Amino acid sequence: MDILRFATAGSVDDGKSTLIGRLLFDSKAIFEDQLAAVERTSKDRGEEYTNLALLTDGLRAEREQGITIDVAYRYFATPRRKFIIADTPGHIQYTRNMVTGASTADLAVVLVDARNGLTEQSRRHAFLATLLQVPHLVLAVNKMDLVKYDAAVFERIAAEFSAFAAKLDISDLTFIPISALLGDNVVQRSANMPWYEGPSLLHHLEHVHIASDRNLIDVRFPVQYVIRPHQATDPGLHDYRGYAGEVAGGVIRPGDEVMHLPSGFTTTVRGVEVAGQPVPEAFPPMSVTLLLDDDFDISRGDMICRPHNRPAVTQDVEAMVCWMAGDKPLTPRSRLIVKHTSRTVKGIVRDLHYRIDVNSLHRDESARQLGLNEVGRVTLRLTQPVFSDPYTRNRLTGGMILIDEATNATIGAAMITDTR
Amino acid sequence: MRTDYTLSQLDVLEAESIHVIREVAAEFERPALLFSGGKDSVVMLALAEKAFRPARIPFPVMHVDTGHNFGEVIEFRDKRLAELGVRLIVASVQDSIDAGRATEDAGRWASRNRLQTVTLLDAIEEYRFDALFGGGRRDEEKARAKERVFSFRDDFGQWDPKNQRPELWNLYNTRIRRGEHIRVFPLSNWTELDIWEYIEREELELPLVYFAHSRNVFERDGILLADSPYVARGDDEQVFAAVVRYRTVGDMTCTGAVESTAETVAAVITEVAATRITERGQTRADDRTSEAAMEDRKREGYF
Repeated sequence: MDILRFATAGSVDDGKSTLIGRLLFDSKAIFEDQLAAVERTSKDRGEEYTNLALLTDGLRAEREQGITIDVAYRYFATPRRKFIIADTPGHIQYTRNMVTGASTADLAVVLVDARNGLTEQSRRHAFLATLLQVPHLVLAVNKMDLVKYDAAVFERIAAEFSAFAAKLDISDLTFIPISALLGDNVVQRSANMPWYEGPSLLHHLEHVHIASDRNLIDVRFPVQYVIRPHQATDPGLHDYRGYAGEVAGGVIRPGDEVMHLPSGFTTTVRGVEVAGQPVPEAFPPMSVTLLLDDDFDISRGDMICRPHNRPAVTQDVEAMVCWMAGDKPLTPRSRLIVKHTSRTVKGIVRDLHYRIDVNSLHRDESARQLGLNEVGRVTLRLTQPVFSDPYTRNRLTGGMILIDEATNATIGAAMITDTR
Repeated sequence: MRTDYTLSQLDVLEAESIHVIREVAAEFERPALLFSGGKDSVVMLALAEKAFRPARIPFPVMHVDTGHNFGEVIEFRDKRLAELGVRLIVASVQDSIDAGRATEDAGRWASRNRLQTVTLLDAIEEYRFDALFGGGRRDEEKARAKERVFSFRDDFGQWDPKNQRPELWNLYNTRIRRGEHIRVFPLSNWTELDIWEYIEREELELPLVYFAHSRNVFERDGILLADSPYVARGDDEQVFAAVVRYRTVGDMTCTGAVESTAETVAAVITEVAATRITERGQTRADDRTSEAAMEDRKREGYF
């Protein structure tokens, strides 16, 4: 059994909470006491039906205001897969939450109300999913029951979305007509839409192939921690020096020739260990320890790669940034702390090239700043080099978080587009 | 040898947790791991052991002891930590009461559960801890479903759920000022079933209260509480012997047992897979106080 992480985007009106509620309920991930609590609260509030949104809206403020503020993580499993849902709010003021939820997602489900067709919001969700390079996208056309299960409605929305998607970098796009409320095509194929020949949503989630979404080509091993046992009792460990970290790309085996950055020295992998035990190979997302033939000065923040396949070593990066601070905008000359893999450096915004309208994809080159939830293209100058790849090639060596020097708050996410 | 580069869900969760634990050891000066002897902290401790092997765990373990714990759990704690050679710090709720920092509840509903927050925050200040590992999982409770893996606490130890740091990819913001700290939850993405399947796979030892045994209990609000000197029982609350086990292990005053004949890990897994009630809903009186009981306790600095 493997894990599929998916993000759902759409507002309460689109039926997102109902859809999640149904997936959880039909896969028996909602428990009786949770359902009873929700039924009780719905009744107390005088609502006509059980409000499944109460299952996911966990904070007092969310229940009071009837809105979703923050990303909630939900879990369910079928015999084929374990699922982690990042349930993200849909409104534009929560763009940063959707970006957060999408950053680790294998798949995004964008919900559209069949009666309204594509809206600004659905375009924005699709844009953000591709900005974060979510490998698989599902456009779920919901509330098909309210348009008499009409194939023409579905076809029209799918065609319109396809035209829009052509402008985006989407590798895998699937359209599914559903009714979250009545369950059509959610878990079981619907008898109400015989014209639809594709899988149900759950069937698609269970079978979508994600194993090859990882980068197994470019060896990237950011050194996270150096393991040096100081145990006088075991002389065998006296010279032990292990480089611990998460494999960010490629496959590493004992005997492989590797290069250390920033030094440029090469050596051979003597062993790969998980929890002190040798394993034949390491690949993403394993957390392992590498033993190397030669001892040179290797520390946290360094990178291990292959001599003929190296990341860029650079202090100047071009990146798309999603700004997440409400109190101060990003402007040219903004000073920041940048965390990239296991390396934390300082940086300054050299240039803001344009702001992108997340609804229309229009580029505004006259923009002088990025406000909360705005996305734009910037040039950053860093005080020390980072070992990076374009985000489209590797999400782990191409992504960075931006931190405020004064408050320590996380104020932005950056996706490297190019290095110089 | 593997050829398709697939990992099971337990392998992926283990790798993610180890990444989190190593990140804390690398970026904080004075971390500690909160250990209760419960199944989640047993798994968390096993993951910490794996993260640094063949070296020892490079931080101490802290137990916030209410003084109302199951004896079997305390025995288990001492044995396990001696095996690992890790330093144990016991922060005692009794000491907080004796020092006048905390006031004992009275009456039938008295519990030291909430007092643990005072003891915990005092210990954090005393030892100047800057990061504390907790065994909380997001599937446990709806406020926890919203919490970050690296969860910021201000210098009063408070959680502000509306102002959490966005958390992207595997990049964790570990920056704090003096007096503030981070609660770190390496098991955020594990479910109760994952925990049990991992315990089975890794053959981890657990306190015996997790398996079916005979115990004198009484019923209160649909929860079976152990008859013990720490719980004021009313005359209307009849004690009876039952074969039970615990799904969660906390303070004896607020942790309920479930009737069960599951004597092995495999039998527990079968039971957990079939259950229709959450573990906290079935066994924790502390979450029943109000709809937002957990959120309110967490805001004050609870685990």
